[in-house]
Amino acid sequence: MSSADAGGLKPGDHFMMGNFACVEGAILAGCRFYAGYPITPSSEIFERASVRFPQVGGNAIEMEDEVGSMAALVGASFGGAKVMTATSGPGFSLMMENIGLAYITEAPVVLVNVQRAGPSTGIPTLVGQGDMMQAKWGSHGDLETIAYSPSSVQEFFEFTIQAFNAAERFRTPVFVMADQIVAMMWERLRVPPAEEIEVTQRLVMEPAADQDRERVVFDYAKDFIPMPIAGRGSRVNVDSLTHDSRGYPTTDHGWSEKMTRHLAGKVRGHAREIWRWEEKFLEDAEVAVVSYGSAARSALAAVKYARAKGVKAGLLRLQTPWPFPDEVVEKVSRKVSGLVVAEINAGQMIHPVRENSRCPVVGVPWAPGTLIEPRAIVDAMQAVVAS
Amino acid sequence: MISPQVPHGGPEVRVPHHINDPVIRSERLPNIWCPGCGIGIVVGAYVRALQKSAIPRERQISISGIGCTGRVSGYLNLDSYHTTHGRAIAFATGMAVARPELEITVIAGDGDLGVIGGNHLIHAARRNVDINVIMVNNFNYGMTGGQHGGTTPLGARTHTSPYGNVETPFNIPYLVAAAGASFVSRWTAMHVRQLTAAFSRMMEVKGFAFMEVLSPCPPTFGEFNGFPEALDMMKYFRDKAVVDHNADLSKIAVTARPDDSVVVGNFVDRKRPSYQELLGDLRARVQAQGVAKK
Repeated sequence: MSSADAGGLKPGDHFMMGNFACVEGAILAGCRFYAGYPITPSSEIFERASVRFPQVGGNAIEMEDEVGSMAALVGASFGGAKVMTATSGPGFSLMMENIGLAYITEAPVVLVNVQRAGPSTGIPTLVGQGDMMQAKWGSHGDLETIAYSPSSVQEFFEFTIQAFNAAERFRTPVFVMADQIVAMMWERLRVPPAEEIEVTQRLVMEPAADQDRERVVFDYAKDFIPMPIAGRGSRVNVDSLTHDSRGYPTTDHGWSEKMTRHLAGKVRGHAREIWRWEEKFLEDAEVAVVSYGSAARSALAAVKYARAKGVKAGLLRLQTPWPFPDEVVEKVSRKVSGLVVAEINAGQMIHPVRENSRCPVVGVPWAPGTLIEPRAIVDAMQAVVAS
Repeated sequence: MISPQVPHGGPEVRVPHHINDPVIRSERLPNIWCPGCGIGIVVGAYVRALQKSAIPRERQISISGIGCTGRVSGYLNLDSYHTTHGRAIAFATGMAVARPELEITVIAGDGDLGVIGGNHLIHAARRNVDINVIMVNNFNYGMTGGQHGGTTPLGARTHTSPYGNVETPFNIPYLVAAAGASFVSRWTAMHVRQLTAAFSRMMEVKGFAFMEVLSPCPPTFGEFNGFPEALDMMKYFRDKAVVDHNADLSKIAVTARPDDSVVVGNFVDRKRPSYQELLGDLRARVQAQGVAKK
């Protein structure tokens, strides 16, 4: 751990757009490389990065598409840089290929997905949360995902920093699953003094003795393996094929098992250290809303309204949807008679919630491209209590 | 002495230390390429250029995509990267911008760089990213068993063009030169000395340095197109190659027909500012102004 980088936003209170706060968080976390392709509603991130990164000695480059953006990030990450991009649904789909590359080669990468409404091109300017399952299952093969979900400008700033810290520590792609509301909203942003911001740096592999050709470069017995950075004489083969402890491609069953388990295990084994959540009014709750991102703002309004009407309602807000905080959800589910999952999609995170709950779980499918109207959540809560 | 394991049950082969051993991961030999393949010749020429280069070995980086030529990087005792199909140039662009002092060489196949990765190829040439790109063109998708692609000559037979290819292929040097590369060349697996010399020049060039290397692929291309034996296409290159550094690039499409010549040479070698130089100038300009008011 070290403290935040120079060149960042001055400590104190600012009035700022979510997309801008995200860039300022990235700079404080030490990010100096951005590769992207413009896409609504994330473009202000690229635009501000284009202004700010050269000021702090970094680069913000535009690639020919999102496929190339993610490939460039993995390349720059192996160059030793802290790297990021921002996109929205269509770009997220194109990035899936090289998210898999970052995962199997263990490259720290931060991807901000400002989610918008609908499949395909959908409605670029309106809000959605329809990429939550894609974040977990979008790239082929088994991936263990780390994702943050901010509900405010302040959290967009803070979670971007935490995403970099998690990416560097776990050497894996990390997603900030924001949405159009949180991204375009202007709110107060409180920036702490640099020395109070904890920043994680990756473990870096030492140069190799040239004659040692059989050395173990990836020790899968360890969760955290130093990264071979280009140009230091590590002479490691970094491979998108399943590889052994020397980094060489293999079809050996044993190495396949070891490598795959290592990639997932380093995240799953430390899930409790990654999980973040917020509980509100849960002490005496008989029904609870599970929500995340901007939808959780509607959920909180609904919970307060229900309480005013005499329903003992509570809120569980998932700040890290992935790895799924199963123990947290299960514990809450044992205390209430039912859970309502409020999300701006046709029902995505409701599935792991239901899988891990000990009580009935209902959803509030919502896809008009707006925040959920609290009324819909209140109705669902009242139905749960009545049944 | 190095004693590679012989995976096919044959006798153990003991070979004396080879001059290229420091640059080759000899413990990984034998390689996966078919008898008669030209990729090994390209690797040999690249390794000789590496040995001659004054650039420290730890700054030499090799990046490949996926396919037969995609396997090259894994055999080189450098920081080597076996990336995703078509994306080697985009990966290299990111690394080259983050670390401009590295000497990055992308070695990959024609389908990889010119077809699925064609967009990255033209845009990297347009930006004049200071990297070297070696495209080994064997006229087909070899590793997947021999299918036609964007460099397969018109009329050629492959498993997916069994009645003859109806697509007109890219004239690759013409394309890359038009896109803006600093250096553009074409040689064949027959031109070993010219390959080595051109690779050495590419390491000096500031900007996008590109070479197409025509290469025989006896089992999945030559077999069905008049070059069935390993030596047939090499003989074709020997007999029909015409060195013309000043060739009109619009007229050098490859037909791979026995009577047609193959124009080779170092066609373009020009000074254009590289992407990294322009980005460096931009940063210097911005930082000289001081950080804007926050």
